[in-house]
Amino acid sequence: MTQNTANVLDHFNLFREPEYVEMLENKKKNFEDAHPVEKVEEIRDWTKSWEYREQNFAREALTVNPAKACQPLGAVFAAVGFEGTLPFVHGSQGCVAYYRSHFSRHFKEPSSCVSSSMTEDAAVFGGLNNMIDGLANAYAMYKPKMIAVSTTCMAEVIGDDLKGFIATAKLKGSVPEDFDVPHAHTPAFVGSHVTGYDNTMRGILTHFWEGKERTPNEKINFIGGFDGYTVGNLREVKRMFGLMGVDYTILSDNSDVWDTPADGEFRMYDGGTTLEDTKAALHAKATISMQEFSTEKTLTYTANTGQEVVALNHPVGVAATDKFLMEVARITGKPVPLALEKERGRLVDAIADSSAHIHGKKFALYGDPDLMLGLTAFLLELGAEPVHILSTNGGKEWEIKVQALLDSSPFGKACHVYANKDLWHMRSLLFTEPVDFLIGNTYGKYLERDTGTPLIRIGFPIFDRHHYHRYPVWGYQGGLNVLVWILDKIFDEMDRTTNVPAKTDFSFDIIR
Amino acid sequence: MADEKKLRQIAFYGKGGIGKSTTSQNTLAALADLGQKILIVGCDPKADSTRLILHAKAQDTILSLAAEAGSVEDLELDEVMKVGYKDIRCVESGGPEPGVGCAGRGVITSINFLEEEGAYDGADYVSYDVLGDVVCGGFAMPIRENKAQEIYIVMSGEMMAMYAANNIAKGILKYANSGGVRLGGLICNERQTDKELELAESLAKKLNTTLIHFIPRDNVVQHAELRRMTVLEYAPDSKQAEEYRTLARKIHANAGKGTIPTPITMDELEEMLMEHGIMEAIDESQIGKSAAELAAAAA
Repeated sequence: MTQNTANVLDHFNLFREPEYVEMLENKKKNFEDAHPVEKVEEIRDWTKSWEYREQNFAREALTVNPAKACQPLGAVFAAVGFEGTLPFVHGSQGCVAYYRSHFSRHFKEPSSCVSSSMTEDAAVFGGLNNMIDGLANAYAMYKPKMIAVSTTCMAEVIGDDLKGFIATAKLKGSVPEDFDVPHAHTPAFVGSHVTGYDNTMRGILTHFWEGKERTPNEKINFIGGFDGYTVGNLREVKRMFGLMGVDYTILSDNSDVWDTPADGEFRMYDGGTTLEDTKAALHAKATISMQEFSTEKTLTYTANTGQEVVALNHPVGVAATDKFLMEVARITGKPVPLALEKERGRLVDAIADSSAHIHGKKFALYGDPDLMLGLTAFLLELGAEPVHILSTNGGKEWEIKVQALLDSSPFGKACHVYANKDLWHMRSLLFTEPVDFLIGNTYGKYLERDTGTPLIRIGFPIFDRHHYHRYPVWGYQGGLNVLVWILDKIFDEMDRTTNVPAKTDFSFDIIR
Repeated sequence: MADEKKLRQIAFYGKGGIGKSTTSQNTLAALADLGQKILIVGCDPKADSTRLILHAKAQDTILSLAAEAGSVEDLELDEVMKVGYKDIRCVESGGPEPGVGCAGRGVITSINFLEEEGAYDGADYVSYDVLGDVVCGGFAMPIRENKAQEIYIVMSGEMMAMYAANNIAKGILKYANSGGVRLGGLICNERQTDKELELAESLAKKLNTTLIHFIPRDNVVQHAELRRMTVLEYAPDSKQAEEYRTLARKIHANAGKGTIPTPITMDELEEMLMEHGIMEAIDESQIGKSAAELAAAAA
């Protein structure tokens, strides 16, 4: 073995050493019983064909690489946005390990969340005792101000009654009678993480608002929805509201807990919407949601309290930000200040500067339903041509909405919308109808490798690039960020395809 | 190995309240009289499948002990296994209170535990006593591959008992095609309904099986049950004890003779009742009408 303590090789180099190369070859030859290389190539080529695409789209009983996660992930996302709130997932430990690691890999921050540790006996007898002990332990050990309860598959299949369980746990003294324990049923086998966000947000609002009398005031509520850019986006929204002088409450502000400073103090909880503000949010005159499909039930509930409700679709770009700000201005009566108008002008200027490079470029994109709407609108605004738009957790209603958006622009003519499809479908699309660029999350790197379509990482989760979540994609500043990410990839590709000396480097330019 | 007797695994299914546990315990007691070594696995959360053998209501169930111990892995076989009449070994899976948790998962957990712990070693017969309908995968556990070879359905001449028997046949059919489970036969527990024997035989034929035995009604069963005993033990010389012995001998001789059932539709079941004159042919226009409405229409 080549490892020695003076020079420890990491995985990049170790497995390229001769003995490993030899061992892997022998393993393949003697044990893997693989098909001949020609056969593998033949099948690979066949999977790139139109014929295969048609069979792929006729698939009924199999999903391959869905671009979505499960409800409790969204529940945890929403819960950590409230002051001192510990997300408590009623179910088995492994599920919760997944939520914690998933968020930690994306935000590069610890993500605190507990489970009720249901095991086989709890599956049979019901999880009441787990709720009683779990709430007591979580309350005593982690000293939260609120515990937000959601569920995993296991608890849902056996039909555990959260409301009854929490009431019983309080009677047994797990937490004080007046301690806030909102809950939401979030079966992981229904919907996706955006559904879980919605259910939990509604659960928390219901907990604080139900039975209370509403006396309308001049404040507005703001809900971000499930958003991988929450750290950058919420800070940007706060900055814009500050410039406008808007009196607002962000419901679920998780921008601090997922971006705590390294100053020697561990913060299990940081920032977040205060419980007082959450209670008082009932009296707001309106609630604005940045993501319609992430807040459907929440907005219905909010509208029923008498508030005006505005639902946007992850607004990115000039027109979408205009609409957002003008809605805020209309509701609050506060005009859009000059500072923001200047930012708008700068974004328009930047788009014009780079227009020649983006105009007419073909894009495929996949992700959460609202993000797809926001990015599609921006691409059309840039004069780019979206060709494939796919969402695993987008349904019929979403499809109609995207189609309407495409119909509104000449650049949307050759584009198709794919609801409830997965990344294996996207693979067929990229082979049969190639595009210039793919927009998606980290999992898109397999499609990039497979189909050769350059990937622009926008979405959730982004595990293999750092710190993008700190940048906003909302507001004019956010639009500028998205513009730059797209342009960077365009120029990288230009350089990559023009760098052969004396062959293609007549276009290997310093100036682009 | 050649002279080692093959383990027989059987299961009793049937509509709730039909007398499954009574019938199975009496029959198994009779099999024990014949010298068979028997293990009873109660798969009903009520845990009353072994009461007549043990003379005790509800022994410590696998799941209640598992809950106390923290997990099933912490249990020992001898903690959950009790020995009763003629050395019949008894275990009860137990399960949650009505309305909470998942009783079906409990059955799966218990049976897995018993197999892993070698509970079946040395037994000639393992008998599963399963509650009511096959409502979910858990209660179909004994029907699965490498579990019961034959299923005996306890029924009577009542419409709903036959309906349930047909449903259970559907459950067996589902697993019969991929595995070795077969329908052993119907056991009719007499309720003294009209033309009961005739109907039971007719249903058996439609389900591609036989009415393996018709057990006449006899109060001695109740007398024995009040004393938490089987008839075999309470009144071994009674006529009823002989009925159970007959059934036991038939089941013993029935090894390998089970069939793949052919369940029928609800309509076919109703037709069958009509054929035997139990149910009158009903004018379609009368369906869903109350007695008062029919009287008004006739006037």
